[in-house]
Amino acid sequence: MQVGLIHFLALSAVLFCIGMYGALTRRNAIGVLMSIELMFNAVNINFIAFAKFINPAAITGQVFAVFVITVAAAEATVGLAIVLLIYRNFREIFVDRVNLMKW
Amino acid sequence: MLSETASLVFWVIAFVTIISAIFVVSLRNIFHSALFLVLCLFSVAGVFVLLDAEFLAGVQVLIYVGGVAILMIFAVMLTSRMTNSEVRQQNEQKALGALVAFSFLLIVTGAILKTMSVKGGFGLSPSPSVTISTPHAIGRLLLTNFVLPFELVSVLLLVALIGAVVLAKKDGD
Repeated sequence: MQVGLIHFLALSAVLFCIGMYGALTRRNAIGVLMSIELMFNAVNINFIAFAKFINPAAITGQVFAVFVITVAAAEATVGLAIVLLIYRNFREIFVDRVNLMKW
Repeated sequence: MLSETASLVFWVIAFVTIISAIFVVSLRNIFHSALFLVLCLFSVAGVFVLLDAEFLAGVQVLIYVGGVAILMIFAVMLTSRMTNSEVRQQNEQKALGALVAFSFLLIVTGAILKTMSVKGGFGLSPSPSVTISTPHAIGRLLLTNFVLPFELVSVLLLVALIGAVVLAKKDGD
């Protein structure tokens, strides 16, 4: 069976949903960040698949993927800095136990 | 459409990607999750190669595997007190989370199939076999059509750099 656009879209949808499940259920803040990286990757697969199959001459989708990767790197940096700060102050990285701002 | 060989490679890579992604979200030991995240990111780079995006595959390996995943592993090691103990790694919304994720998958799959069934749904290109030198073309686009987002992203990176330093340094330094 030959692989076309729909297979890449399906792969991306499955990957996104796995990431979503992880982000919803992980207690460890680093685990949540890892799940979010999975979701970013699913989005990038979509961008690049559309870039290849719809208009291969204009590679706008790949440029968008470059931006997504950059923003994901920035997000991971600041996110992990915040996680380490929470760990230093509360000795805690489980997101359901860090409820200082909850009432 | 991909060629026969590329299709076979796609199935192998898709299998590895999904299995390692499931391990990332479900393993008890967060350090093993991080290692499977590395495998998953590598196989996504393989998907990029199949889609003729060699430059992005290289960027994926450099930034995600070399940067983000290593950063994750560092953070896991710095907080290792929490990972070695036999505490629960998932909250009590496990069933609800699975339900939400699965229904989202159904919605997206339904949308894809419906768009496919419409005539000319995705506006597929008739000849998707044009090969262009991607680093050259991406660089050209970044400095012409996308120069404003490009500059904004560089400012964002600077902000993230300063933000991470400010957040992570000890008080009084």
